[in-house]
Amino acid sequence: MNKNLAGTDLDVNEEGYLTDMTQWTEAVAEAIAAEEGVGPLVEGHWKVIRYLREQQAKGAALTIRGMGKSGVVTTKELYDLFPGGPLKKSSKIAGIPKPVGCI
Amino acid sequence: MSTPTQPVKKICLIVSRGSLDGVYPALIMANGARMEGIEASVFFTFFGLNALVDKTLDHLKVSTVGNSALNMAMPMLGLPMTMPFPTWMGAIPGVSAFATHLMNKEMDKLDIPPVREFLELISDSGGKLYACKLAMDMFKLKREDLCDRVDGVLTVGQFYEEAAGEGSHILFT
Repeated sequence: MNKNLAGTDLDVNEEGYLTDMTQWTEAVAEAIAAEEGVGPLVEGHWKVIRYLREQQAKGAALTIRGMGKSGVVTTKELYDLFPGGPLKKSSKIAGIPKPVGCI
Repeated sequence: MSTPTQPVKKICLIVSRGSLDGVYPALIMANGARMEGIEASVFFTFFGLNALVDKTLDHLKVSTVGNSALNMAMPMLGLPMTMPFPTWMGAIPGVSAFATHLMNKEMDKLDIPPVREFLELISDSGGKLYACKLAMDMFKLKREDLCDRVDGVLTVGQFYEEAAGEGSHILFT
């Protein structure tokens, strides 16, 4: 599927996750965040987003426990920054695939 | 997946067993709910309180006596799952401790936290942890015997009040 956000043509899946993380820009992140009811994005959000993109590039599996232990953000902060589904929403905004784990 | 018309908004889990395998499913379901933006409450009653008592919650064991499905643990030893494990063998001293050790190791590999950390994770995520008042009285427990993440000691009636609301579900484990 195609979607235009922040003046950029993006390839997304049916749930709106970017299928090519190289198409992501900070402006795209802002636009997805607005759609998801998150933000405006502040430094706390960006820290999480950058961490997620680094982990994804490394091919690491993302879990809510791993996020809490990363030193980037505490579990509480993560839930406060991305209300209503912290890992799902932050991944979507970071332009990476939806996390598949149960933890 | 299409957007459901009646989404699950809240899940209230009742934990009535105090073995490792009796407690984990509810913790995983509660944490998983919070990750999806679903409210979660966990109500520990009867032997489930074993998972809230500060002195016991780090030492929960897999129940091996009378567990006729222990063949499922065989692959953890590199053996086929079809290998029989007669239930009487579960009573041999050390078998429960060994099975517990094996399971803890496998769960850690999957990034499933130990019980105490799991309770903290659920609590930090906004999930609620409650102890059953009647079971507390029965087991001669006081509030100070419980882990500090417990949000309260509730009667059955208070639990049902807590569970009220559209899109709220109650699950007994």
